[in-house]
Amino acid sequence: MATLTPILSAHWDEKDSFTLEGYKRHGGYKAAEKALAMDPDAVIQMIKDSGLRGRGGAGFPTGMKWGFIPQGDNKDHYLVVNADESEPGTCKDTPLLMANPHVLIEGCIIACHAIRAKQAFIYIRGEVTHVVRRVNQAITDAYAAGLLGKGVDVVLHIGAGAYICGEETALLDSLEGFRGQPRLRPPFPAIAGLYAKPTVVNNVESIASVPAIIANGAEWYQSMGTEKSKGATLYSLSGHVNNPGQFEAPLGITLREILEIAGGVRTGHKLKFWTPGGSSTPLFTDAHLDIPLDYEGVSAAGSMLGTKALQIFDETTCVVRAVLRWTEFYKHESCGKCTPCREGTWWLVQILRDLEAGVGTEADLEKLLDLCDNIMGRSFCALGDGATSPITSSIKYFRDEYIAHLTQGGCPFDPVQSTLFVGASK
Amino acid sequence: MTTQESAVAVELITVVIDGFEVSVPKGTLVIRAAEKLGIQIPRFCDHPLLDPVGACRQCLVDIEINGRAFPKPQASCTIPVEPNMIVKTQLTSPVADKAQKGVMELLLGNHPLDCPVCDKGGECPLQNQAMSNGNPTARLGGVKRIFEKPINISSQVLLDRERCVLCARCTRFSEQIASDPFITLNERGALQQVGIYENDPFKSYFSGNTIQICPVGALTGASYRFRARPFDLVSTPSACEHCASGCDMRTDVRRGKTLRRLAGDDPAVNEEWNCDKGRWAFKYITSQNRLTQPLVRNAEGELVPASWPEALAAAAAGLVGKRAGVIVGGRPTVEDAYGYAKFARIALNTNDIDFRTRVTSDEEANFLASTVVGSAVHYRDIDVADHVLLVAFEPEEESPIVFLRLNKNFKKRALAVTSVATKGSIAMDKLKAKFIKVAPGNEAQALAAISLTAKSVILVGERASESAGLLSAARTLAEKTGAKIAWIPRRAGERGALEAGAFSQLLPGGRPVSDSAARVDIAAAWGVSTVPSLPGRSVRAMIDAVHSNDLDALVVGGVDLADMPQSAQAKEAFKKAFVVSLEIAHSSVTELADVVLPVAAVTEKYGSYINWEGRPRAFAAAVADSLNRSDVRILSVLADAMGQSIMLGTVTAAAREFAQLGKWEGARASHVAVQPGTPVSVSGDQAIITSWRRLLDEGSLQIGEDNLAGTRRPTLAVISPSRAQKIGVATGDHLRISNAQGSITLPALVEEIHDDAVWLPRNSIGSNPLQTLEAVHGELVTVVKA
Amino acid sequence: MSSVDPTLNQEVMNSIVARYPRKRSAIMPLLHYVQSVAGYVTNSGIENIAEMLEIATAEVSAVATFYTQYKFNPIGEYHVGVCTNTLCAVMGGDAIFSALKEHLGIENDGVTADGKVSLEHIECNAACDYAPVVMANWEFYDNQTVESAKSLVDGARAGNPPAPTRGPNRLVTYKEASAVLAGLNDGLAGEGVQAGSATLLGLNLARKMEGK
Repeated sequence: MATLTPILSAHWDEKDSFTLEGYKRHGGYKAAEKALAMDPDAVIQMIKDSGLRGRGGAGFPTGMKWGFIPQGDNKDHYLVVNADESEPGTCKDTPLLMANPHVLIEGCIIACHAIRAKQAFIYIRGEVTHVVRRVNQAITDAYAAGLLGKGVDVVLHIGAGAYICGEETALLDSLEGFRGQPRLRPPFPAIAGLYAKPTVVNNVESIASVPAIIANGAEWYQSMGTEKSKGATLYSLSGHVNNPGQFEAPLGITLREILEIAGGVRTGHKLKFWTPGGSSTPLFTDAHLDIPLDYEGVSAAGSMLGTKALQIFDETTCVVRAVLRWTEFYKHESCGKCTPCREGTWWLVQILRDLEAGVGTEADLEKLLDLCDNIMGRSFCALGDGATSPITSSIKYFRDEYIAHLTQGGCPFDPVQSTLFVGASK
Repeated sequence: MTTQESAVAVELITVVIDGFEVSVPKGTLVIRAAEKLGIQIPRFCDHPLLDPVGACRQCLVDIEINGRAFPKPQASCTIPVEPNMIVKTQLTSPVADKAQKGVMELLLGNHPLDCPVCDKGGECPLQNQAMSNGNPTARLGGVKRIFEKPINISSQVLLDRERCVLCARCTRFSEQIASDPFITLNERGALQQVGIYENDPFKSYFSGNTIQICPVGALTGASYRFRARPFDLVSTPSACEHCASGCDMRTDVRRGKTLRRLAGDDPAVNEEWNCDKGRWAFKYITSQNRLTQPLVRNAEGELVPASWPEALAAAAAGLVGKRAGVIVGGRPTVEDAYGYAKFARIALNTNDIDFRTRVTSDEEANFLASTVVGSAVHYRDIDVADHVLLVAFEPEEESPIVFLRLNKNFKKRALAVTSVATKGSIAMDKLKAKFIKVAPGNEAQALAAISLTAKSVILVGERASESAGLLSAARTLAEKTGAKIAWIPRRAGERGALEAGAFSQLLPGGRPVSDSAARVDIAAAWGVSTVPSLPGRSVRAMIDAVHSNDLDALVVGGVDLADMPQSAQAKEAFKKAFVVSLEIAHSSVTELADVVLPVAAVTEKYGSYINWEGRPRAFAAAVADSLNRSDVRILSVLADAMGQSIMLGTVTAAAREFAQLGKWEGARASHVAVQPGTPVSVSGDQAIITSWRRLLDEGSLQIGEDNLAGTRRPTLAVISPSRAQKIGVATGDHLRISNAQGSITLPALVEEIHDDAVWLPRNSIGSNPLQTLEAVHGELVTVVKA
Repeated sequence: MSSVDPTLNQEVMNSIVARYPRKRSAIMPLLHYVQSVAGYVTNSGIENIAEMLEIATAEVSAVATFYTQYKFNPIGEYHVGVCTNTLCAVMGGDAIFSALKEHLGIENDGVTADGKVSLEHIECNAACDYAPVVMANWEFYDNQTVESAKSLVDGARAGNPPAPTRGPNRLVTYKEASAVLAGLNDGLAGEGVQAGSATLLGLNLARKMEGK
């Protein structure tokens, strides 16, 4: 029987979990105290040993990323926390920060110590006013308590609506006051990041996971999870399920297990397709219920663990409509820098709109796939790749449904049936 | 090639591209290594002088290093070569070929099919590469992106957004090269577009370069739009006549009419850039009332058309046996200047010849003869300098390509720049130059305190002549520190005139008039017994000599009275003396002349300039079959008519003869240091005036180009915050600047300037202090709120 | 030339600039600040920011137009965003959005004539476990229905919008929210729930499983 392992979420059910008092009640900031007494390299080693990998989607080993920062270079170093959570389906960092911003601040203090940075920036998306309030207040309180301002400063930077700023180099450009478009790499942020200084960019959940690792030890952390995907993480279950929400579990749990714990797919319906880690990760179907949801398992099955955003769609959902909407999202969020993504999404949307309306021929499916082939791996950053994932994976699993649109001259689905309030609104 | 260049050992890296080995310097991008093999990888955003961006994705190739292949095609414009690298371009990799065709399809998908009416059609990288690297047929049939077209982003530049492929060359140029980030990418995604901030047009002195590097017809010039097809144009390599930067250019002519000029590619000088004046100010040649035939003043005192023989005879009659001098404006070609120099010495038997029709000094004459003539300081020296000191020189306004080179070095390697000046400037802000603020006239004292090294460069502007002792101080500083020193006049012809001997103190090739061996040298070369040994007069002294009856006649070439200090006296002198005027158009001088001889404008003749570096800039006639002849040829026939042949029947003959003379290898004129003047003190409403000419102003070579005039900087008088407070003036209020000669009223700008000073533009609309106040620098004026 | 906009508090703006090692980084919070004063990004705001940061106005407008939260025309006192990204759309966001358009008589990006409410379809707002989601002045309204969304906008037009699901005890105005996004603390962080029910679902289930 799979288990849940609330670590980050352990005390979210306490009314004042977001306050300094609430956080300290359960040992908050003790890990920072411990880490600050350690040699920075020992902290890095501990994170390396823990096996913690980036929780923003790419799964790069966090300790190794920290280790890339040149030492003794007489340059300022920076920690930048990516709190620009915008990948469709992804909804873990936002509730985390609303319920417990201090764990991130404590993580920042530890990470800054490890990479010898004096300043951290938290780049949070701008569409979450109350989360901004909570983080801003937590920073203020941490300064007042002397936790910040004595070696580590934290600056809150608030975005303004741009998915691309979740890409780390676009985020850095945005933070420097430029349009948030990705930068050429190399140089990588570890060498020339924010203000061209060595910089670590980490996801909220990655940094928030650090205090517990410091407090409980690397062994404790790596005792959870699978061989190459250590530890526990937040799985975000959403869509056509009876009980959507956040589930903190060891890496490697399967969707079947999560659904069992959570109460299953919407009663009376069955799973049709789902994303393992947001809309940029190729779709899965009910054939993938037993794939271990760790970096290797999902990858082996042809998708990516991504942000562990498990969006569940049942049989009432038209896959063409779903994919069109995602494609419109990528078109809207393409930064415009490179041709394949900027121009490609423009045409993908048009072709998909026609297909959803039943206009076109089967040859348009081939054109769609060929355009995806010309975008995937040809774009400047992963946004363009992500835009093709729902299309290619949906055609792979649901080609017949596309063709049904063409043969019927329109969408065979009733959109009302897939709403949450079907029946209720009548 | 300078010695520094050859001295640097270049590490070569060998890569294999499409099966061929090529060795290129470390750091070379793959796309350029391929060029060395003649393999053209298609590209749009790539530009060798802009930082790589990798945005258009057109140049994707397959790469493997040490046997490990990249999992996907890479942008060859962003990847430097590495040892053991194997590159497969579209020629050998089906994956790269498909990737490129795929990108091309996407670039064309939203591109309008308006090639038949697009200025770029026929010379369009998108058109050309779509043919060479695109699919033969289109399959994207949907709704294209549509924008309102075109929009004016300045009076000069129009933008057709739907043609734009968003390569960002223009925005990167503006930011990286010109430091004028007034055009930017706006919006995002498929709606991303180039644009300005709505209240601030693209007023950059360098804006035309964006049109030239635009790989599609998105940016077009208002002056050229819809004027021609590229295949109708005949292109001629040319050199810019506007300033001493020395830009390589190309002049495009259709049926005898110049339609556009483009920056040429000369890595040693202007790289691939030029300024908007060089690009667009050429209509003065055709828009004015050109002289088409000689004019002779008749017995009634009227100037009437005459045949060439009549005019030459009249001119000869007025000059033979008279005491005559020669005044050449600052714009002759080297060959013409040489003609004037030889004409003065042989036909007029005088050293009374000068090219400096501006505020000058004897100190300057000595500085030119002792320090500048024959010298060679190069753009390359700026590239390796540890520090550049600007003295009486505002590079962006007075020699814009020098500014671009300074800016390049500032951007790439944080070159330290110091400016000794009275007022801050846009260029100084861009260069983050150290500003040594002095009152006008006090520059020389400030130089003494500056420390330089043998790797430093001192760039001295022509305005240094307006401050006593400044040129001497600059030379002393150079001698003391070993720094290189260069003199940068504004006009394209001054350095060449100096070298060619159109100067009272020097014979051609820098031979001092005062040196008998030099005179013998020249006399032998010219086949004459002697050349005159009496020191010649400056322009100023010639004017005085006419008034004191010591000079009877003047041969005047390319002079505008409005440029001359004390122009009223000059005008009277021109009235009094017998004047032979060689000009392209009716002017303030031709109307006073006794004989007017029409000459060729720059596009109509062959010739060369020598830029501030001392580098020859040869050019060919762009307009074929012009009836107009270069000055030197006319001087030669005039000399014949006077019975004193100078044997310079063609530009080529003049060029050959001047080259054969070679440079003087003997001693230069000795330098005579001049002490700084006593500082002027101000009280009450008094201020010390200073001024310079803006790049775009009322200059006569900008006549007829209204679009260019639309990007002039505003005409303002500048005072310091403390003076502004004292007289109760704020930015936008009006100031009256006056002296006994007259007054000028201008809107005030309160900014960084010496408290004792007031600055105003020297030749802009409503602001010509030289004419109105007879004061340009260092003189006391009164400044009050108007 | 001075480009100071007298309606903008230069001291506040300078304090925003002072947060960063380099001035230019302040451009985004400054734009949020301009919206907190003017309700949208004004030209005088752009010019003031350019002067304060010593950059060209074009560089400011280039940044401002990149981000969708910056508006260039006045919008509603209550700016309502309906998530119509796939998951929310499928679960009811499309129905909510079209119902609101009809109910308010405005299109996407429109503003009601009284200036009270503006409407926009928005992308994923990181609350998928509360789908369908509606945002008002970027505060969360979770698990919306057509009816609840209508009463939200009706309340907003009447001046008494319901409180956000996860947010302060009252819905602040667009300008007030923009000040928060400029990094100015409005003192409301302590209000509202620490977490919604979906956020706590896994934790509660874990407690139950442990209890067994």
